[in-house]
Amino acid sequence: MYHKTIPYRVFSAFNNVILLVIGILCLLPMFHLLMVSLSSSAAANGGLVTFWPKGFTFEAYAKTFDNKNFLTALWVAIERTLLGTALGLFVNAIAAYALSKDTRVFRARNMYLWYFVITMLFSGGLIPSYILILKLHLINNLMALILPGLVAAYNMILLLNFFRTVPKELEEAAFMDGSGHLRSFFSIYLPISLPSLATVGLFTMVGHWNAYFDGLIYMKDAAKLPLASFMQTLIVQSDMTSFDAAAIANMSQRTLRASQIFIGALPILIVYPFLQRFFVKGVVIGAVKE
Amino acid sequence: MENTINSLELSTPPKAGKRRRYKQPWILHFMVLPAVLLSFVFSYIPMSGVVMAFQDYKARLGFLHSPWVGFKHFHYMFSNDYFVKIIGNTLLFASSKIVLNLIIPFAFALLLNEVRNMGLKRSVQTLVYLPHFLSWVTLSGILIDVLGQTGIVNQFLTSVFGIQPIFFLGDGSWFRITIVVSDVWKEFGFNTIVFLAALSGINPALYEAAEVDGATRWKQTMHITLPSLLPMLIVVATLAMGNVLNANFDQVFNLYSPMIYQQGDIIDTFVYREGLLSGQFSFATAVGLFKSVISLVLIVISYRIAYKFAGYRIF
Repeated sequence: MYHKTIPYRVFSAFNNVILLVIGILCLLPMFHLLMVSLSSSAAANGGLVTFWPKGFTFEAYAKTFDNKNFLTALWVAIERTLLGTALGLFVNAIAAYALSKDTRVFRARNMYLWYFVITMLFSGGLIPSYILILKLHLINNLMALILPGLVAAYNMILLLNFFRTVPKELEEAAFMDGSGHLRSFFSIYLPISLPSLATVGLFTMVGHWNAYFDGLIYMKDAAKLPLASFMQTLIVQSDMTSFDAAAIANMSQRTLRASQIFIGALPILIVYPFLQRFFVKGVVIGAVKE
Repeated sequence: MENTINSLELSTPPKAGKRRRYKQPWILHFMVLPAVLLSFVFSYIPMSGVVMAFQDYKARLGFLHSPWVGFKHFHYMFSNDYFVKIIGNTLLFASSKIVLNLIIPFAFALLLNEVRNMGLKRSVQTLVYLPHFLSWVTLSGILIDVLGQTGIVNQFLTSVFGIQPIFFLGDGSWFRITIVVSDVWKEFGFNTIVFLAALSGINPALYEAAEVDGATRWKQTMHITLPSLLPMLIVVATLAMGNVLNANFDQVFNLYSPMIYQQGDIIDTFVYREGLLSGQFSFATAVGLFKSVISLVLIVISYRIAYKFAGYRIF
């Protein structure tokens, strides 16, 4: 038994400590900033905060939630996330159902599948996509953030692979009783696949919540910016000049920015435990094939 | 009558081109329709938009009437020293990330696999995996604060090592290091979990047999664990090849600044600035097209290799 040997025990002890330290180090920057956001702005600007709040206060959070623009952006982000996830799940799942049938049942299956895979391999790039949105008059329209990414070939394939693991007998029994494919999709496949739908749904949600670039280029009206884009303009663009006087003036905003970063990341932190639990399943869905 | 035909067909193997047994349900086409239409509008139409790389696109003339200029933009691109520079930056960032994001997670997964305390194992997993889900906007906000001149990292370096503050984001060489290290910070947890899943799939009987034969843990790792993981490692590495021109727009875009363009600018950020900020639509599209075509070729090759040697396929 190697576990009982002394060299292995020494290694094991070191190993445990080192891994734990690395794990903590990964979160340390975030923890530090959380502490900054909870400190008084004087202490934060003086660089006095390390890993414990100095002059504990929720002032920065209160100020952030007083900011009308922030609240508007928050609402846009919630809208796009909910709508984008719901529509995306539906469109991808219903297509995945049809594509999960083999060629004997659905002869055009492979053709469709390649049609979607090509979108994964090649894209027109930034400028043609931008001109398209312009021509469709979707600038400043929430749909510009939802429609372009709605069909996600990768998610479709994940769902397709999962649907193929559903026992055929279930569907055959339903067909015997006179159900069609639509009915079979809604009454058998959807309910039975809730866990994998939840996985794909959660990942889509995270994607929508984190997406900032489309908002940045398609939303010319500041009131239409989703939270991630709003934060990008606020936190990243305002700083870039780390050396000049503006940055020094910006220093008073440090606690404010820290609090915004945390409010922006909060939904992700909340769903994270679920994401993590589902993830291993997600890997399995993607990996196991007949 | 129908039945006899069916049973006849069952008894003889179906031939290509012969009418199949099943009626093709039209409803299945209907179910794919929304996705087909959306893909057509938002993927295929922009794809056809790449013709503007061979035009001098003018918004008022549109695709149909803008003058054709052949490979002018491509010639200009390759005669441009700055373009060569950003290709170099892109390759440097992308390849360092690919290599480090394979080696580090692999080693980390092996070490994590030795942890017998499940609570500790799960906590470490949870900690290292979290940054993967945060956006680069969030992480850049954190990095800008932490790595700033008065940030905690420089505070620590000054007080412990007594050195001058380092401009992590303002100095070209440090910027490159920051880009690679912060990408590993964000992503290594993700690959670790992939490798851990593969580790748990190794047949325990192999270890038991080795144990009986008196193999030490080190020997077991060298002769069972590594060979078992090798195919998976090769697949992941091969598939990563398609990303060698993807230096991660979101990360660089949120961390770079004009003063370090020489060492930090990559193809995607260049396309964005030339196209959307300077309005050089055709030139930016040409640069983007160059990147997409090379990436496409690399992806196809890498998938072929992965399929040939490891039987990997996505559907």
